[in-house]
Amino acid sequence: MSAYGADLLALLPELIIAVMACLVIALDPITPASRRDLLAWLSVGSLVICLGITIGQINSVNTRVSAFSELVVVDAYARFWKILLCSVAGLTILTSLPYLKAERIHLGEYYGFILLALSGMMVMVSGVDLLTIYLGTELMSLSLYVMTGLNRSKPRSLEAAAKYFVLGAFSSGILLYGISLLYGLAGSTKLASIASAIGSRGSDDPLVLIATILVAVGFGFKIAAVPFHMWTPDVYQGAPTSVTAFMAVAAKAASFAAFMRVFVEGLGGLKADWSLLFLLISVVTLVLGNVVAIVQTNIKRMLAYSSIAHAGYALIGFVAAGRGVGLSGGTPGLASIMIYLAIYSFMTLGAFAVIGMLRKGGIEGEEIEDFTGLAKRQPLAAFLMLIFMASLAGIPPTAGFIGKFYVFMAAVEADLAWLAAIALVFAVVSAYYYMRVVMVMYMRDPSPSSVAPARLVTSPSLSFVLACAVAGVILFGLFPNPLVSFALQSVLTLK
Amino acid sequence: MTSSFPWLSLLLVLPLAGAVAVYLATESAARWIALVATLADLLVALPLWWLFDPQAVQMQFTEHVAWITAPPIYYSLGLDGISLPLVLMTAGIMPLCVLASWNAITTSVRGFMATLLVMETAMVGVFVALDFILFYVFWEAMLIPMYLLIGVWGGPNRLYAAIKFFLYTLAGSVLFLVAILVLYFYGGHTFDILALSQGTYPASLQMWLFLAFFAAFAVKVPMFPFHTWLPDAHVEAPTAGSVILASILLKMGTYGFLRFSLPMLPDASLAFTPMMVTLSIIAIIYGAYMALAQVDLKKLIAYSSVSHMGFITLGLFVLNQQGIEGAVLQMVNHGITTGGLFLCVGIIYERTHSRLIADNVGLAAPMPQYATLLVIFALSSLGLPGTNSFVGEFLVLVGTFLWSKVATALASLGIILAATYLLWMVQRVVFGVPSPHHLPKLSDLNQRELVTLIPLVVLVFWIGLYPNPLVSRMHQSVTNTIASMSRAKVAPTAHPSAGGTTESLLVGSREPLTAQGPSR
Repeated sequence: MSAYGADLLALLPELIIAVMACLVIALDPITPASRRDLLAWLSVGSLVICLGITIGQINSVNTRVSAFSELVVVDAYARFWKILLCSVAGLTILTSLPYLKAERIHLGEYYGFILLALSGMMVMVSGVDLLTIYLGTELMSLSLYVMTGLNRSKPRSLEAAAKYFVLGAFSSGILLYGISLLYGLAGSTKLASIASAIGSRGSDDPLVLIATILVAVGFGFKIAAVPFHMWTPDVYQGAPTSVTAFMAVAAKAASFAAFMRVFVEGLGGLKADWSLLFLLISVVTLVLGNVVAIVQTNIKRMLAYSSIAHAGYALIGFVAAGRGVGLSGGTPGLASIMIYLAIYSFMTLGAFAVIGMLRKGGIEGEEIEDFTGLAKRQPLAAFLMLIFMASLAGIPPTAGFIGKFYVFMAAVEADLAWLAAIALVFAVVSAYYYMRVVMVMYMRDPSPSSVAPARLVTSPSLSFVLACAVAGVILFGLFPNPLVSFALQSVLTLK
Repeated sequence: MTSSFPWLSLLLVLPLAGAVAVYLATESAARWIALVATLADLLVALPLWWLFDPQAVQMQFTEHVAWITAPPIYYSLGLDGISLPLVLMTAGIMPLCVLASWNAITTSVRGFMATLLVMETAMVGVFVALDFILFYVFWEAMLIPMYLLIGVWGGPNRLYAAIKFFLYTLAGSVLFLVAILVLYFYGGHTFDILALSQGTYPASLQMWLFLAFFAAFAVKVPMFPFHTWLPDAHVEAPTAGSVILASILLKMGTYGFLRFSLPMLPDASLAFTPMMVTLSIIAIIYGAYMALAQVDLKKLIAYSSVSHMGFITLGLFVLNQQGIEGAVLQMVNHGITTGGLFLCVGIIYERTHSRLIADNVGLAAPMPQYATLLVIFALSSLGLPGTNSFVGEFLVLVGTFLWSKVATALASLGIILAATYLLWMVQRVVFGVPSPHHLPKLSDLNQRELVTLIPLVVLVFWIGLYPNPLVSRMHQSVTNTIASMSRAKVAPTAHPSAGGTTESLLVGSREPLTAQGPSR
């Protein structure tokens, strides 16, 4: 047993989260409905502890502790994502508390599933073995399928869960097929062995290319890149808003993290091939995401397409990393993705938190029209939404600009100025639909005929989430230095 | 003369602090707080006029603090003879905007005043930033406040005008960002505007970068084919919004050409001169003709802006001392004169609730003071000798004459047309015979309105009669710009003697006229 002591210690944050998840699910039936809040606070408490351990786990940025005979590693790269994911999960729980009560689906197991999904994500970001990463992905996805269908009385929620499950299972199958081909090539599922096998077989081996494409498709589903995005709008719209926020932010970040590690550490020898593949995918993704978002009338659906577009922007950083030249290699591109997704998390969480607050009668007001005249009735909420929308559109001095800036900087450095130009032109397109929300809130008066104008449900925990989100959006916009240097240091442990 | 006191940061922080105070205050206090904040900013800006050393070659009042380490981006500010008048103009116009909105804005006054103050920070920031990314941040940060100013407090068709303004300017500036990033990698991994101005870049790259810069600045100016957002935005914006747009925002485009395109991309600037001059002349004549046809006062002034901004871009791109000095002077003059005209339209709109010329006929009898001031601004706008615009337009035309006589003749047509549309407007609005059922009684200017307009009138005559203090302060900076253009030109040209000829083209040819320039 003592032989595993060090390994278990390395995985302490994941273990705490997994144990807490089980504990919350076990406690749920014996907790009276009136005291379910306690489960939420218990989960938040465990997240805070886990955050503390994760931060303290690595004292120097070059440390790379591997555990369980190189199935997982604890390095600065994983730490970056774990800190982000734990914070996002904590903020999601705080958003969920008032939201679930208002929706009358305040179930204890919800918090258990968030923690379970989080433990899966944490395994994804620290796994260096394809099967470990796959297990993490499945743990995350299965929890999300359940959470999507949480609103059992709403057909749309159930439909979303079913759709998500079918397509998710399909994509997992493709991913697994790719993994099995790579195993056939390398005789191992460890990323390091795969990298050396590819090095010896050469990059023009068709089997290698097919496996790479299959793995790319599998991850493409998870990060909702076009043409693997079909599930996103329906699922985002159907799922309870707090779950949508969690999916749009945490699931996307974790999938990107694992995806980057697999392609850089395992398939780095095929840089030239996959950067071309992702170049195509990123262009299609940001064109389609931005253009289709224009015609949406449901704000969750609009944000679903916008999240697709944002995946396209992040992928530009990945293309730049693949084309990486000079001394710095691919690091600016990879770091730009980390910066982008961290900033994206804050602004998207904030936007979804405002949406979760909006009520129209007893039901959720989630049409863009429901925001009509919000600035007159709730000036502060409208102002926060204005900031989040400006940030999503990438207007300085918000953090959204900093995120885009680093991605485009990496692209121009990799001699892809034309790609940056295309992406920026579509950023203007995106500004149109983000500003439409602002226009509806500020410049349109509610028509007298409308029955009941949407109102807001506020609570202390939601205010805290909004304060965190807006602080992130503004502070990272004005003082991006800490985040940037943290990302630049963390990315160095990759490969 | 580098002062250790952070004048420029104070200029940037004061309006922002005012905006926060306004947001926390009550609706009735908001006006006063905004007025105090803008006046305080003006009080900080005014000493710069005397502290500024006209002989200094380098930037003054500089501040240089690291902002982002990787890539190296600095919070870097400074003033030279080109930005000094523009900063002073911005600081001077803003209190007038607050005064002009005193009674005109009735809904969410706090939001309006806070937005105005945020605009002021961003606009001053654009003129003092010496780091490209910092500049871009200020440049883009203006978009949302201006969008709100037009969209929330504007006229009936404000939604269309606001989003058109927003998308036009944003679309223009996105390629600009790519160009900045490209320059960073070609110009030795720096965003320092002064360092980038010293570099030399391959000619073909310069062409692309020039076009990308052009997209951003030409939309802002606005130059001829990109001007369509301007009349919409002007007509729908509240008075203060129109004044800000005309007096300050438009100058950012020409400032951009002068600060970036000319010194950084001299070969491309020279190569594109025929295009720029042609577009400028089209703007001058087309804008004037469009102004002739307008029945709406604001639209008339908006198109006259297109025409007058054509003079400024013309002066910049004939690439000689007279032209550029005239252009910089015209930037200030246009800000004063057109700002005054828009304020006049706002005043009459508050009384008659119409901007149509037909509804505002024969104001000389009921409103003699108002009529006098309107005539002064109109005469200034058409370039009557003794008023400010005469000096600027004359210098521009002298500069153009050195470049091409045909272009000068065509541009002069714009002055004649300006006289036509402005005098015709004055004839109807001031001296026309009102229809009997109309205009029961109109009160003349009250004290607040007089205080709003008188400073501008003083400036009109001061610059018109004694422009030397202003011109002498910009002289050295304009010389620097021209010198940096000719210096950069020497390296990449293929022809061995070309360096010398260009030198004489840019610097030598101005010798005969500088001594007897009308302003000195």
